[in-house]
Amino acid sequence: MAAAAMRSDVHAQTETAPAAVNPVTAPSLAKVSLKVNGKACDLELDTRTTLLDALREHLHLTGSKKGCDQGQCGACTVMVNGRRINSCLTLAVMQQGSEVTTIEGLGTPENMHPMQEAFVKCDGYQCGYCTSGQICSAVAVLGEIKEGIPSHVTEDLMKPPSWDSSEIRERMSGNLCRCGAYSNIMEAITQVAGGRA
Amino acid sequence: MKPFTYERAESPAAAAGAAMRHPGAKFVAGGTNLLDLMKLEIEEPMHLIDVNGLQLDKIEPTPEGGLRIGALVRNTDLAADERVRRDYGVLSRALVAGASGQLRNMATTAGNLLQRTRCPYFYDTNQPCNKRLPGSGCSAVDGASRQLAIIGVSEACIATHPSDMAVALRVLDASVETILPDGTTRTIPIADFHRLPGDTPHLETVLQPGELITAVTLPKPLGGTHIYHKVRDRASYAFALVSIAAVIQRDGSGRVAVGGVAHKPWRVEAAEAELPRGAKAVTERLLADAKPTKDNAFKVKLVERVLGAVLAEAKGA
Repeated sequence: MAAAAMRSDVHAQTETAPAAVNPVTAPSLAKVSLKVNGKACDLELDTRTTLLDALREHLHLTGSKKGCDQGQCGACTVMVNGRRINSCLTLAVMQQGSEVTTIEGLGTPENMHPMQEAFVKCDGYQCGYCTSGQICSAVAVLGEIKEGIPSHVTEDLMKPPSWDSSEIRERMSGNLCRCGAYSNIMEAITQVAGGRA
Repeated sequence: MKPFTYERAESPAAAAGAAMRHPGAKFVAGGTNLLDLMKLEIEEPMHLIDVNGLQLDKIEPTPEGGLRIGALVRNTDLAADERVRRDYGVLSRALVAGASGQLRNMATTAGNLLQRTRCPYFYDTNQPCNKRLPGSGCSAVDGASRQLAIIGVSEACIATHPSDMAVALRVLDASVETILPDGTTRTIPIADFHRLPGDTPHLETVLQPGELITAVTLPKPLGGTHIYHKVRDRASYAFALVSIAAVIQRDGSGRVAVGGVAHKPWRVEAAEAELPRGAKAVTERLLADAKPTKDNAFKVKLVERVLGAVLAEAKGA
């Protein structure tokens, strides 16, 4: 009786209550179609599969890294429909029809993206684990400044954000580097931003 | 993560109906908080209803001269909207003070309101928490409570609401529009949307079973100087110790809401009458019934000091 009462209490708060005890034991499968780095991919996945795990374990694109797996570190950053996101905090099935760009889609060792070239030139890493996320994020950051999206340090909301280093630092705060290569990461991004930064 | 079944909802009414048909169902939009909690098995939905396809992603003017923000408008897009930057600057400022660029690109307007607390004991499944497991006790009351609430608290829970956006919406007197499983709709003033913990801290909002947020509406612009001042342990990407959303008029009158101090954005309209007398007078009214712990008693003084800074900034604007 007490258990039944709790269940109905829980159900009465669909959005915000602790979930009822989940008796589902068998994995549930669902289909999803994505375009990853320009290539159409049709997958059938356990619904629990994050976009990050779909990229790494099913599509074998292991450039995107699993650091914290909770949106804190940014190592899993990829671009979805032109916007950077934490691929560890979205389910693959939620990305039906999305266009995903990973570090592998930005450039190749033979034909690097300018941001990849700048990271190499400026030595913007030590161990390299956070680097794919840093580079994807940095490319998106420059796009966000260009689009006029404000940040916490934007002085005047009605004027375009500046290209200075305080804007870039603030916008890169979702990407951690445990080696502490920040100064060289900043140097690389600043170079790509051009004389504007 | 526990297994769950999944569907993509075709309409708001269908989503609300599906939630009623599936016990233990949850809506998912941005997923940034829900997925995190599902990995820890703090949230264990049996069925996920993906609402991302519902086209609730527009910001439109209302006949009253305000704005209607679709439930699925991403935090980035809301902060960047020219009308919001111009007429509701406190909202833009609050949004960009929260989370990281990646998270703001995913997080939605409705989902931001429904975030769960970041109380460390809610996340630590080895310790009692009345919010996570009703009746199990509160580890925070005698625990590490530096980050936690100082007002509107109960013996059962001293968690805070983590949202910055909600604090700005409270100062703007926004309303939450919803649809219920029977197809009816209702409008909930933001002041009534979040609950205080009382003895049921697991109930965080007044939403009914299956009720889906469809939009948040802003009344017509207030004018004045819009300020969101957030104090936190890092310069970026951290939850507030104390934050203040304020709209201050030239004559010194205005509105103030406080984040990081309660289970909901904290606003006491009567305290705003004290604004011309300064931060100390306002804070005494705002936090008259404060019950801080030894660890977070500093927040009472911090509210006064942050408000002082806000009022000085407004004067200089």
